Amino acid sequence: MEYIILIISAILVNNIVFAQTLGICPFLGVSSKISSSVGMGAAVVFVITLATLVTFLLNQYVLVPLELGFLQTIVYILVIAALVQMVEIILKKVSPSLYSALGIFLPLITTNCAVLGVALLVIQKQFNLLQSVVYGFSTAVGFGLALVIMAGIREQLELQSVPKGMKGSPITLVTAGILALAFMGFANLV
Amino acid sequence: MSAKINQWKNFSKGLIKENPALVLMLGMCPTLAVTSSAFNGLGMGLATTFVLVLSNMLISAIKTQVPDKVRIPCFIVVIAAFVTVVDLLIKGFLPALGESLGVFIPLIVVNCIVLGRAEAFASKNGVFSSLLDGLGMGLGFTLALTVLGIIREALGAGAFFGNKFIDGDGIIVFILAPGAFIVLGFLVALVRNLSKKN
Repeated sequence: MEYIILIISAILVNNIVFAQTLGICPFLGVSSKISSSVGMGAAVVFVITLATLVTFLLNQYVLVPLELGFLQTIVYILVIAALVQMVEIILKKVSPSLYSALGIFLPLITTNCAVLGVALLVIQKQFNLLQSVVYGFSTAVGFGLALVIMAGIREQLELQSVPKGMKGSPITLVTAGILALAFMGFANLV
Repeated sequence: MSAKINQWKNFSKGLIKENPALVLMLGMCPTLAVTSSAFNGLGMGLATTFVLVLSNMLISAIKTQVPDKVRIPCFIVVIAAFVTVVDLLIKGFLPALGESLGVFIPLIVVNCIVLGRAEAFASKNGVFSSLLDGLGMGLGFTLALTVLGIIREALGAGAFFGNKFIDGDGIIVFILAPGAFIVLGFLVALVRNLSKKN
C-alpha cells in the first residue's frame, strides 16, 4: 500500500513537471509531436531509474562512509553523464531498433535537470533503496505522461489561430500553466 | 575605441537583447521553480551569476589545454566545482535562502545557460571578454528572475520583497507552479513584442 501511494503521488500529485517544475527544457523542446515525446519519455524512464539506483548506492556505500558528502554534486553529474553514455553504447549493441527509436534523445538527457533532481531528492527525502528506485521510476513515468499530454495539445494548437504576440513559446507556457492547474486537482488524492 | 564598444556589447547583450531566460528560453527550471518570491528570484539569479562568471573565466583560461573531445565533461566538472562552492557559501552564510532554494542550488550544474555560455562563448574568447559575457548573461538572468518574482509575489501574496501591502492572502495560485508558467508566458510575450518595436 505504501508503494502504491508513493507511485500515485509521484506520477499525479507531485508531477515532476507540473508541480515541481523540473525538466522544463526537454518538456518545452520535445513536446511538439506525440511520437517524439513518447521516445523521449521512454528514454527518461530508463535513465532516471538507473541513475537513481546507481547514485543511491554510491552515496550510501562510498560518499557517506568516506565523509565526502560535499562532493555529491560533482560525483552525481559525472555518474549521470557516464551512465547516459554507457546506456547509449549498450543499446547500440544489444537493441539497435530501440537505439534508433530513442536516437538523439539519449545524449540530451544528461542536461535534463529531472535526472539530477530526482537523484538529489531521494537523498533529501531519506528514502531506502527500494523506495528510491520506485520513486525514480514513477517520477519518470509522470514526466513521460506530462510530455505526451502536452504534445497532444500542441498538435491541436497548431491548427488554431493564436494571437500574434502569443505565438510559439508564450502560448506553450500558458497552456502548461493551465495543465498544471488541472493537475492541482489531484492534490487530495493521497 | 571600437574595442571598448565590443567589450560593452559582450556585457550588455545578455541584459535584454539576448536575455537568457526571456528571449533564449534557457534555464527554465530555476526560472519557474524559485520565483515564488522576489527575494528568492534575486538570490537564485545572483548565485547563478557567480557560477557563470567564475566558470566562464576558468574555462576561457584553460581552453587551449583541454582536448576537444572531452571538453564537455571537463566543462561540467569545472561548473560543478563552482556550484559546490556556492552551495556551501549559501548554506553557511544565508541558511534561510538555502532552505527555500533547496535542491535548486545544486541543480545550477544542469542549468543550460552555464554550459551554453561555456561552449558558445568562453571556449572561443579571452578571459576578460568571458568575464563580461558571464556577468551580462548572469545579470540578465537575475533581472528576469527578480521581475518574475516581484510579479508573482505581488499577485500571489500581496507583498513586495516580503513587505505585505494588502491584508490577508493574495491569489495563491500565482505562488504555486501554475502561476509560474502563466506569468512567464505573458512576460515572454511582452518582452518579445517590446523588443520587436524597437
